Amino acid sequence: MRSNTPSRWLEYAAPVLVAIVTIALWQGLVDLYAVPSWLVPSPARVLATLVTDRELLLGSLGVTLSIALAALGIAVAVGTFVSLLFVQSRWIEASFFPYAILLQVTPIVAIAPLIIIWVQDTRAALVLCAVVVAIFPIISNTTLGLRSVDPGLLNLFRMHRASRLQVLLRLRVPSALPYFFGGLRIASGLALIGAVVAEFVAGTGGQGAGLAYQILMAGIQLNVPRLFAALVLITLAGVGLFGLTVWVSKLALRRWHESEIAAGT
Amino acid sequence: MTASSLPSVDSALSVVEARGVTKTYPNGTHALAPVDLAVGRGELVTLLGPSGCGKSTLLNLFAGLIDPTEGELRWWDGTLAATGGAGRRLGFVFQSPTLMPWARVSANVRLPLDLLRVPRFEAEQRVADALALVGLGRFARHYPRELSGGMQMRVSIARALVTEPDLLLMDEPFGALDEFTRNRLDDELVALWSARGLTIVFVTHSIHEAVYLSTRVVVMAARPGRVLADLPVETAHPRGDPFRASGAYGALCASLSELVAAAGAQEAERA
Repeated sequence: MRSNTPSRWLEYAAPVLVAIVTIALWQGLVDLYAVPSWLVPSPARVLATLVTDRELLLGSLGVTLSIALAALGIAVAVGTFVSLLFVQSRWIEASFFPYAILLQVTPIVAIAPLIIIWVQDTRAALVLCAVVVAIFPIISNTTLGLRSVDPGLLNLFRMHRASRLQVLLRLRVPSALPYFFGGLRIASGLALIGAVVAEFVAGTGGQGAGLAYQILMAGIQLNVPRLFAALVLITLAGVGLFGLTVWVSKLALRRWHESEIAAGT
Repeated sequence: MTASSLPSVDSALSVVEARGVTKTYPNGTHALAPVDLAVGRGELVTLLGPSGCGKSTLLNLFAGLIDPTEGELRWWDGTLAATGGAGRRLGFVFQSPTLMPWARVSANVRLPLDLLRVPRFEAEQRVADALALVGLGRFARHYPRELSGGMQMRVSIARALVTEPDLLLMDEPFGALDEFTRNRLDDELVALWSARGLTIVFVTHSIHEAVYLSTRVVVMAARPGRVLADLPVETAHPRGDPFRASGAYGALCASLSELVAAAGAQEAERA
């Protein structure tokens, strides 16, 4: 058992090593074959672009991130509320769950133009698109969690004639937390994807331009180093968002849930 | 010591009574044929039988968790039957500890009091008493997963006792534990029972446990679930190892095991 589990050191060192080797190889090949930067820029060039274009790119990052975060917040609030409605009665769930699925399977690029036409404020339209993408895992996971209650505990609550509200707050909500956080992790990535895709469709420029717009423009202008730089920032933003949800989940569950209890404790 | 340790049994007043009770589940399973059984105050009755003999069904009926298909259940000679249950005066211990993993031991034990809206200060006091009673006073701040299986079961018992019930219903509570732990918990249970004047209905499929614990063993048979025999165990508590080595114990175990085997053979014949 011990020999199969990588040590803590290796857990961090191994992926970092892979990154270093990959970047070095990339730099070396670009230098060796003198690849033009409008085709494949070297890592050094991307880094330089990140520094020189920092004002433009960081501004855009802020726009995209704020859209994704707002969407994630709304998806959590609305999604949780919908789940709470669903568990109130099988009728409500049976009637409306298919439409939640409909929302999930319709590609966002297909609905985005409509939303952008219908919603006056562009920023609000973008947030709405991202919400549509991110809300489903919250609804489906939280609903599942609210229903996944220990039947013995439910009997105990019934025996002491607990009210509906007592069962919900003291039993269903805590039972649902691990499921909810699972949904939140997926939703965090989807919110960012939704924000970027919606922006591509909207193509909004000027003051409130996000990273997707920068990528679009850099592509048209063949400014490939900037395209790469924007791509790096989007990726980092996604990882950051994911890390944030993992951290929150750890904070909430570490005392009791198997998924967050460190091995050996 | 031996004289005082057998609480007086007042069979005139039944704590819970089934009169001609049957249970057929919606899926058609005929779980219980007409059963008549009265449990008197101060008794420690075990329901003994193989899987599927309806002993858990009977216990759930006693708890008011399910309703009988036919017949009538009476609690405290009918005083509470009208309200369809007896929430406060009942304690129930399940087959597994059934604790809330997100709550500390103290909060788990406090749950029934919280549901009954007992003021926090009084509740804390009673939780501390209940935990002390099962010997877990030091573990109030722990989480269930930090305790062993036997300790979790004791938390579950403390939770059942915290409302100071008159009737304690236990559904194979120690079935999943190793024999040493089970024997120790059996002894602790008997001590609690005699100290607090409890009435206990205890479901088990262990003949040895039934004979060791009870003042009365109710043997049940399966398909459909019914009462096969109702035998008193006269030896006074605490019984301890001398009782396990005694002839009376051996004879009782042997006759019970014969009864259960005969019922099993009968059933096999019919099938």
